Amino acid sequence: MAAAWAAIAAAKAGAATVLVDKGFVGTSGVTATGGPNHWWVPPDPALRREAVENKHAASFGLGDPAWMERVIDTTWRTLPDLAPYYPFGSDGKGGKYYSGVRGSEYMRALRAYATAAGVRILDHHPATQLLVDEEGAVAGASGHARLRGEDWEIRAGAVIMATGGCAFRSGLIGSYGNTGDGYLLAAEAGAELSGMEFSIQYTVSPAWASTRTLPYGAARYYDEDGMEIIQPPRGHAHYQALGAALLKGPVYADLIDAPAELPPILKDIQPFTPPPFVRKGIDLFRERWPIKLFGEGTIRGNGGLRIIDEDCGTTVPGLYAAGDATTRELATGAISGGGAVNSAWALTSGQISGAAAARRALASRTRTAGRVRTTGVVGIQPSSEDRPIDQKTIEADVDYHMNGYQRSLWRSKGQLNDTLASLDDHWRNLSAHGQAEGLALVGLRETAAMTATARWCTAAALARDESRGIHVRVDAPGLEADGAVRLLCGGLDRVWTRPEIHQYAEAAK
Amino acid sequence: MIAHIFEDLCDGCNSCVVTCPTHVLDISNGAPVIARLDQCQTCYMCELYCASDAIYVAPEQDRAGIIDPETIRASGHLGRIRHDHGWDRPNEDGHLDQYRLLGPLLQKGGETAARRYKDLTS
Repeated sequence: MAAAWAAIAAAKAGAATVLVDKGFVGTSGVTATGGPNHWWVPPDPALRREAVENKHAASFGLGDPAWMERVIDTTWRTLPDLAPYYPFGSDGKGGKYYSGVRGSEYMRALRAYATAAGVRILDHHPATQLLVDEEGAVAGASGHARLRGEDWEIRAGAVIMATGGCAFRSGLIGSYGNTGDGYLLAAEAGAELSGMEFSIQYTVSPAWASTRTLPYGAARYYDEDGMEIIQPPRGHAHYQALGAALLKGPVYADLIDAPAELPPILKDIQPFTPPPFVRKGIDLFRERWPIKLFGEGTIRGNGGLRIIDEDCGTTVPGLYAAGDATTRELATGAISGGGAVNSAWALTSGQISGAAAARRALASRTRTAGRVRTTGVVGIQPSSEDRPIDQKTIEADVDYHMNGYQRSLWRSKGQLNDTLASLDDHWRNLSAHGQAEGLALVGLRETAAMTATARWCTAAALARDESRGIHVRVDAPGLEADGAVRLLCGGLDRVWTRPEIHQYAEAAK
Repeated sequence: MIAHIFEDLCDGCNSCVVTCPTHVLDISNGAPVIARLDQCQTCYMCELYCASDAIYVAPEQDRAGIIDPETIRASGHLGRIRHDHGWDRPNEDGHLDQYRLLGPLLQKGGETAARRYKDLTS
């Protein structure tokens, strides 16, 4: 979604713009199967000020009010531009309802809008590495066109990374392709990350299939013996209560308390939600059915590429970032941006990065003809002899460490150290022996990107020796007095963390 | 996971091959073939984009299972997702007129749960 908004802005600014998608622009990513609301505040100064103050107060000291204002304003001004392509529904008062959009129509509309703006869309073109020029500035990317079975390379005066967050293939609907590829590509070119410790979020779904969550808000939960599980309705304690029960055995949901007006219109609001029940012959509003918590990683968590300026620039010249691929701390601090803030951030950071990347590319047009080098290492240039890599085993272990309830919901120093040691072993194996080409390289790089992302999340969770927002450490339950500082991380063979000494606003001065 | 493509319904447009975000399908001489089932995330996008309503995705995320195509054909599931999206009636307005209720209904559910928790723990 952020990628489309970025491409639209770049094309409208006059740049020749190519949008490469690992899958298909329209169905890829977690927006297509969801229904994002957008942070939506009318341009009344008092309302805007109140919204920013409330959001900043809830950000545990890590949000940035100036960015919040930009996000609200850009979203308000831009989302209605989709009207020629998206059939905005009624607001029930004679007008149009803009702030919430259904994912499949939203992404279809963004594709149409991008095409109309002159963007060249290349579907099924996963990127495997970035190209940099002699000064280290990003000068393009290369990858594999999987429907054609050919490698591709594109030179560009600027690149925007909009690859989404990473849920470590938890099964979360829409997230199969969200394997952290953009973090890896950017890190190999020298980019830094921020907020990777904010990577614990789950959603409840039926145990056999992840769906979006509309019906489940009022659910009651029961254990195998039919005893109700008393749980706070939200937050870490909610996940812990359900996670603890799920570690013991099956947990069942009962939607008897769901709003009475919901059942008849659920299929009109989100037609993807009923089929997993209907096709199993289950009446989701009358029967009890087993649940599972699906990990969201940095999708509804906040971590991602560090943004260092007002253009959504990263620490690498020529490389910009947008959406869930970036840290969302600027807009939401240490708490989850849920759907609405993250969507508004994706739109806004897309628009800003797209315009900025276009400016850079148009100004440096002659430079793209120069010599470039590739930056990809893991899976491409192994440090030792080429050996087969058991990707399935690595991916299963990464999933266990990052999405397993015992690990994620009860983070402690001992467990995190143990997790990091396992992940480091996998990384050493991949780095020393992984080598592939073509379509096989795409898959190997996905495994490597998930492993790298998991290491950054774990290292950051270890370094943040406190509990702040959605990062909860059972061995360090309170806030530290000096903890209201963003935590950066990065590195490949050696992962590092360090506090961001100057907050963004100060650094920009 | 995607379980079946009805060859007699398929018109060979290959839009499912192109729109599948996870590269599950390959083009072949007739209907597309399910080439990489392990990559299927059960997102139903192939069904939504199939104008011939020729695809059936089974509800379990970890397996396609064994289905009887004729039972599925008679079940009313084929084309249901596309129909409920309104994509089979592109000239008809109002498909998203209920959509504004998503937020309030989510909130109402959350408030019910919060109230219940408060009652139980006070």
